[in-house]
Amino acid sequence: MTLNRTTKIAAVVAFLAVVFIAVPVAISLSGRFDLYYTLTSVALLSIASAGVWLTFYIGRINIGQGAYALTGGYVSAILVMNHGWSFWLTLPVAGLFCAAASVLIGLPILRLRGVYFAMVTLVLTEVARLLALALPITNGAKGIVSIPLPGALSVFGITLIPDFATLQNSRLAFYLLAATLMVVCFAVMYRLVNSRIGKLCQSLQQNEELASSIGVNIAYLRVIAYAVSSFFGGVSGAIFAAISQSIYPSSFTVTDSVNFMLNCFLGGLGYVFGPMLGTLVLYFGWDLLFQTGQFQLLIYSGLMIVLMLVLPNGLLSLAEMTRKKG
Amino acid sequence: MAEMLEVSGLTKRFGGLVAVNNVSFSVREKEILSVIGPNGAGKSTLFKLISSFLRPTTGEVRLKGERISGLAPHIAARRGVVRTFQETTIFKNMSVRDNVIIAHHLRSKASLFGFFLGTGAAKADEAAFGASADEVLALLGLSSLANETARNLPHGHLRALGIAIGLATNPSILLLDEPFAGMNHDETMRMVEMVRRLRELGLTILLVEHDMPAVMKISDRLVVLNFGQKIAEGTPSEIQANDKVIEAYLGSEDEAIGL
Repeated sequence: MTLNRTTKIAAVVAFLAVVFIAVPVAISLSGRFDLYYTLTSVALLSIASAGVWLTFYIGRINIGQGAYALTGGYVSAILVMNHGWSFWLTLPVAGLFCAAASVLIGLPILRLRGVYFAMVTLVLTEVARLLALALPITNGAKGIVSIPLPGALSVFGITLIPDFATLQNSRLAFYLLAATLMVVCFAVMYRLVNSRIGKLCQSLQQNEELASSIGVNIAYLRVIAYAVSSFFGGVSGAIFAAISQSIYPSSFTVTDSVNFMLNCFLGGLGYVFGPMLGTLVLYFGWDLLFQTGQFQLLIYSGLMIVLMLVLPNGLLSLAEMTRKKG
Repeated sequence: MAEMLEVSGLTKRFGGLVAVNNVSFSVREKEILSVIGPNGAGKSTLFKLISSFLRPTTGEVRLKGERISGLAPHIAARRGVVRTFQETTIFKNMSVRDNVIIAHHLRSKASLFGFFLGTGAAKADEAAFGASADEVLALLGLSSLANETARNLPHGHLRALGIAIGLATNPSILLLDEPFAGMNHDETMRMVEMVRRLRELGLTILLVEHDMPAVMKISDRLVVLNFGQKIAEGTPSEIQANDKVIEAYLGSEDEAIGL
């Protein structure tokens, strides 16, 4: 995509204005405060999906992001509950823990390709759930509940973020937190993809043998991409645990892992902002179809199949098509 | 002339099958050396062993005296042994120019993190790679196709692009895997010229090939394999007169070895 600089800056400013000004204003005017929760979820799910998208970008089908989201949630919850850590500190730690775990898991499994890698990652989600049930530290099926809301974050005595428990509207606070992280996450992704690293990832996706013959350390690059992906999963899981103030083995299941992948497909695997759009459409689409009652899943699946057939490159390919015609 | 690549006692077993059996030879600097042999003679296995895509069972490969066998392929490439592929192996969804630019990766001074941040070193790399890619494309006659998506290229140009990718890594020795396969006479002649030009640039070239007339025309020396063993080594005229070679190609020998 070759947009000029001014258009790009205008698009970014408009997007930020919508996310941080228009949405809160619209919600307070309409009084639909429940939408905060929905949009917060969309923002967080899109972060996890962005991670999945990155593994797609190196040519791997990742159906295991739920495992890292669950792990991130537990790491944050355990550190807050058992060790009295501040939530803000547990956030990066949860991400880094997942990244480290993904390096250990990724080293052997990233050698696999195609459906084999996909199957192993699918199993990972289930393994994470069973571990959460079995390990003493995760408190089994009862999960970890009554996690306190995030406290204040101060640096050198200056309060950057107030204590969420003292806020009248913690839903707005969570929305702003999730939206900020989403913006940061996609800024990082955009930079990754548009730097040489993006080209290197593409070289892996298109031909690993050739990539290694021109001196690309494919094993290293694969693990790095997978670790970044899992970091996003962990961070998003940690915030989910903080919002719902609880985490259970069933908080993230295989269905979630599959949804993260679908978000990427729907938005478009060739577009870095695909997972964001995909998550938004999928999340709201599912909710809208709630009216149809018992046919919800049927209509939803049918629509997904049609979309994949008509738009195999995702929703964002529509924008490109119209630009080419115009 | 100094020796560029030295293959000594190279053996590769796949279970009970000995694909390459105690093969030794060396490639001199700025030489074009071809490895030939009937189907199943072990040429491809030898090729993969030299480019470190396979580990030898015994024996070793040395580049300028340094052992390279047993290293990962990307490390071997960094040391200067770079291969092209038999099939039209390219990054098919990138532009032709991007294919060649990405192949400059080896020369990059900036780290991955540097690229992420867009540091001065990363920007300098980008500019230098772009300029160098244009030179490589011009050399291989691909300039007019630079912005074309690679998968849309016709067959002959794809092969040239494969060589351009190898060339862009700035190798000491370039290994060409059947560069003339599936080409008609004119295309073959053009490719022969191209390979000669590469040698004039100071490259050492080892190629594995079926096309005898082309090989006889282009090579300084040849190594002949049969059933995994080296049966002959020498100049094209020596090879054409060698009884063992004629025997190995029995049935179609006259035509096959260009007599």
